[in-house]
Amino acid sequence: MINAVGREIPDALLTDGKEVYQGKNYMDGRYIQKASPRTRRYEKPQESKVVESIRAALEQCGAKSGMTFSFHHHLRDGDYVVNQVMAVAIEDMGLEDLTIAASSLGNAHDPIADYIEQGKVVGIQTSGIRGRMGEVVSAGKLKTPAIIRSHGGRPRAIEAGEVHIDIAFVAAPTSDCMGNCRGIGGKSNCGSMGYAMTDAKYADHVVVVTDCLVDFPNMPASVEAIDVDAVVVVDSIGNPKKIASAAARISQNPRDLMMAENVARVIAATPWFKDGFSFQTGVGGPSLAANLFLEQYMDERGIKMGWAIGGICGPMVELLKKGKVGKVIDVQDFDLDAVNSINQTPNHFEMSASQYANPANKGAFVNKLDFVVLAALEIDTGFNVNVLTGSDGVLRGAPGGHPDTAAGSKVCIIVTPLTRGRMATVCEHVVTVTTPGDCVDVLVTDYGIAVNPLRPDLIACLDEAGIPHVTIESLKEKAYSLVGRPDDLEWEDKVVAVLEARDGTILDVVRKIRPFTLSED
Amino acid sequence: MEILRSAMAGTLESSDAQVIVEPGNGRIELSLQSSVMNQYGRQIKATVLETLERLDVSSVRITVVDKGALDCTLKARVECAVYRSCGASAANIPWGGAVR
Repeated sequence: MINAVGREIPDALLTDGKEVYQGKNYMDGRYIQKASPRTRRYEKPQESKVVESIRAALEQCGAKSGMTFSFHHHLRDGDYVVNQVMAVAIEDMGLEDLTIAASSLGNAHDPIADYIEQGKVVGIQTSGIRGRMGEVVSAGKLKTPAIIRSHGGRPRAIEAGEVHIDIAFVAAPTSDCMGNCRGIGGKSNCGSMGYAMTDAKYADHVVVVTDCLVDFPNMPASVEAIDVDAVVVVDSIGNPKKIASAAARISQNPRDLMMAENVARVIAATPWFKDGFSFQTGVGGPSLAANLFLEQYMDERGIKMGWAIGGICGPMVELLKKGKVGKVIDVQDFDLDAVNSINQTPNHFEMSASQYANPANKGAFVNKLDFVVLAALEIDTGFNVNVLTGSDGVLRGAPGGHPDTAAGSKVCIIVTPLTRGRMATVCEHVVTVTTPGDCVDVLVTDYGIAVNPLRPDLIACLDEAGIPHVTIESLKEKAYSLVGRPDDLEWEDKVVAVLEARDGTILDVVRKIRPFTLSED
Repeated sequence: MEILRSAMAGTLESSDAQVIVEPGNGRIELSLQSSVMNQYGRQIKATVLETLERLDVSSVRITVVDKGALDCTLKARVECAVYRSCGASAANIPWGGAVR
């Protein structure tokens, strides 16, 4: 069936009430029955939940073949825990048919590609998929199609019971002997632990893996002992250098700065740019640099930002410390400045992924966002964005909070250079739709600004402010005139990944790429 | 033009291409790698072959490692490698002639 973004979704996937994407807010007002976990009573007082090894924890939780294990990705590319746990489960205990349900996966998890090739890991549910894992899944080696969800779609699916987590593994920079966890105070700090919170509440069993055991009680806890079965102390949960970078620097690239300045001009031209406005930005070059120019407009108008959310990095913490933003609510930290600020700087708070972006709860933060500034690998003339598949059709990205913030915000601005190398960023059809065009409002490139025709109000704002803009079709033609018109990718029928919209409908599928050969002549 | 000896032009930087030409066996043997193969492989091949034809090269082993170069870059790298291979790159380069 063809969905609302024009993608053909195989009927075989539309079982058990699964629907294709129908447009934003389609599920509004529906009721859901939340799932509940089957958890073990620990009525008899315990002195400690610390067990001697990952294997002991797995055995205590009744680990067996066919289970779903969950992980969170706050340790980013520094994470050791996914690989440690899966190695014990598969190599030491001989478990098979396992599914990994992670908030995201990255290059740190290349060894899991081997378990996929061996058929030991048969399911992957994640936001991000990169590196060798992306390659083997794209090559059709995973037994079931990978399921890709946004950061808000994931807690929605967990709460609705579409993902049932048998054992959640919580990588914790610090934990006490009972399992109260925090993302700070240890040697591998990550700050916010927002993506782990829903897992801990909805998993049948929860195992905390830490490399820094601290005195009881470790408060305020991000994941609470009342949900934890066992605590394992390992030598290291991750490489601190890859968990949080040194301060994210604002780009000095003149192209990035020019685009960032135009982003700020667009924001300042809208009626929502007033005292107390809310804002989220990504950490890519031009997105982050928008902070700098926005601050100038705020000073000029004598206004302050009410609150900011998202993945947080140093420049936003700086604005908070200067009193230019009222509150920062944080689901993930990208650099040490942000890690060292959460729950330390007044008005810098932690939130769960559900509170951040879940479309099925009663009002996530993204729904109150005025502005979000995001990047894109590709954007097509229908304003559909791809942040998942590369130009060769291979999985190597992550929707993350992109679709959630785009849908919730009043103004969603995509900022991207028109071309990257020979790749046209603005194109006729994106490889994969990860954020539907009905959620995207403005595109800022180095060759001009385009406004989604669905937003005549914003077109009027830009005209009134004297900001020139063009059609997205003309930007696409400009791009193709520079790099040439790309050939269509060639696919096989086999679906290797299903891209779920945040509301649980099917937005797109990724098929197995057909190996490319140049014809001999 | 005749390829007299091996010659190379270009780099492996992003948006560039590295082109190596070697004396051939009476035909054009092209080996192509590209970071944008799926979307532009055919166009790159066509550009390389056209450029060789314009330079009147009919016997060459040519290796192109493309890192997302635009057509103008590809042409320039192929031309430069061919000129270097036959000692024509030092002076009297036929700008506006074979080079377009």
